[in-house]
Amino acid sequence: MEAAMDLMRRMPPGSAETALNALLSLLPDHSLDLLSQVDLPLQVTPPPVTAGLPCASAFWVSSPWKSLLGIRCSAGRRVPFDRVVFVTKCAFVASGAENFCILFQVCMDKENMKEYILCEYNRDADSYRSPWSNKYDPPLEDGTVPSDEMRNLEIEANEVFSVYRDQYYEGGISSVYIWEDEDNGFIACFLIKKDGKGTRGYMQIGSWDAIHVIQVGPEEEGAAHYCLNSTVMLSLTTDNKQSGTFNLSGSIRRQMSMTLAVADGHLVNMGKMIEEMEGKLRNSLDQVYFGKTREMVCTLRPPPEVLNMRLPDS
Amino acid sequence: MSDEAGAGEPLSDHQKREIAVWFLSNAPAGEIHYVAKDVRALLGDDAVYEAAAAEAFPEYNKAHLVSLELPDRSGDIIISTYGELDKNNYLDPRTAQVTTVDHIKQTCTKLRPAADEELPSAYIEEFRSALDVELSKYVAEAYPKGVCAVYCTNGKDIEGPGANFGFAVVISAAKRSPQNFCNGSWRSIWTMEFNYELQFIEIKGKIQVDAHYFEEGNVQLDTNIDRKDSTIMQSPGDCAVSITNIIRHHESEYLSSLEESYMKLSDATFKDLRRKLPVTRTLFPWHNTLAFSLTRDLAKELALGK
Repeated sequence: MEAAMDLMRRMPPGSAETALNALLSLLPDHSLDLLSQVDLPLQVTPPPVTAGLPCASAFWVSSPWKSLLGIRCSAGRRVPFDRVVFVTKCAFVASGAENFCILFQVCMDKENMKEYILCEYNRDADSYRSPWSNKYDPPLEDGTVPSDEMRNLEIEANEVFSVYRDQYYEGGISSVYIWEDEDNGFIACFLIKKDGKGTRGYMQIGSWDAIHVIQVGPEEEGAAHYCLNSTVMLSLTTDNKQSGTFNLSGSIRRQMSMTLAVADGHLVNMGKMIEEMEGKLRNSLDQVYFGKTREMVCTLRPPPEVLNMRLPDS
Repeated sequence: MSDEAGAGEPLSDHQKREIAVWFLSNAPAGEIHYVAKDVRALLGDDAVYEAAAAEAFPEYNKAHLVSLELPDRSGDIIISTYGELDKNNYLDPRTAQVTTVDHIKQTCTKLRPAADEELPSAYIEEFRSALDVELSKYVAEAYPKGVCAVYCTNGKDIEGPGANFGFAVVISAAKRSPQNFCNGSWRSIWTMEFNYELQFIEIKGKIQVDAHYFEEGNVQLDTNIDRKDSTIMQSPGDCAVSITNIIRHHESEYLSSLEESYMKLSDATFKDLRRKLPVTRTLFPWHNTLAFSLTRDLAKELALGK
């Protein structure tokens, strides 16, 4: 498993799904571990109406582990999955580059007309459970659902988190999934997916996917232990003739544990932890993405000002 | 990659090898040995691993313009398709030697002087070495850890003026900081056609810059650009200077363009993804249920309006 996780840290982030599938093939006995430990960019199924997908039509290809999505471009050419970079609402094919296809996979809960995010935590077989209707799509007879108590907490969490999301992200999609844990505790998974706008003419795309998994221990003496594992996957791309292809993508993970009084309810505690964590991650991302990688480029080939300073020595 | 086998079936050796080759080929610059270690552990089958390594390593080395130390310590040789005589033998045009390479160990095992047929004619060599000298000066100045090579790609046997010939220039710089969880590489490949009739040199270039940061995560920068330019045919010395100036100009410009991309992405795209704080300039009021219902109604209104 260590070897598998090390590989995931080195493979191109854009090929994370291909890498994961490869690992699942090599280590079928570790599939549960792999699926729960490896984070992939969040996926959503295409809306039934294809308006907004100007030159592509989507089709499903099923695999043993996940339903993968393929895109057929206007030239009738099929794009292999390991070239699919990420998803956005207005799916379009980037400047003639047959390798860059952007597709939106959001599942629409038709009862409530709200979108929800697909992940391991709401999947059963090949169906996904909507946090709004609590039903599986495609319908599943014995699909796992949370207990009534958990479901109530889940409903409230989705509502509140939706408002939080709107305040910070001014858009995007969020979903919360909650289910019981073995020892009278529970596990809550908060997901956010936000895609940036592309600026016309100068194609710039960004996407932010956050996954927060909180393990909550049983209540003891009015307090509970919360263990938060967060991953933010960020992808930024520009692609045009002038500046070529520029792709900066990847993920950062952090952990936080706290024991808090349950007086105000679990949601308040979890919410505050997530808010603090996202703030920290946003700063780290800024430092790492725009700091460290840029530093590396300047180390490889220092800009002229730095060179001029060095000339007197040489 | 081919479609995966069904969930229950064990993988065939061929499929395992394909997967191994995929992992090895996608290793970031300078990390193939770490990836190889992981892949070997996962496969649990040395024969399959060795077949995959034999297939993946040579391609990886050529794609990443890996530079290896020559056995007699006279310098470094860049492994590239331009210098490839056959799968394991590579020419170093500067020292006119041919070395045998062990791709998997990434070392040179044998060294011999190049035979006359493997080298360009004196006429071509004049141009090649003049360019090599100018280029080496540029690379030493611009790249703290850069290496370069100039190859004749066609017309190496031309004895005098009257025919066209082509060169390829390769520049490779790499920075490895595994202790800081950071690695990066700069690769440029410039090909040029010397057209005798038009007295014209057509130049095309491709620059690739990569970086990988992997402390508590996996962040990769992957950029590339194509460039074109041209200059007039002159004496070998003057050609060398003018070609090097063109390369220098484009590469500096690309560096600025990368800076600009960073600024644009940081200022516009990143900020657009998530605010530092809500519009209210305070943290989210998790406690305040009244605020919830108010904001909830507001959110509903906003949603209706969208």
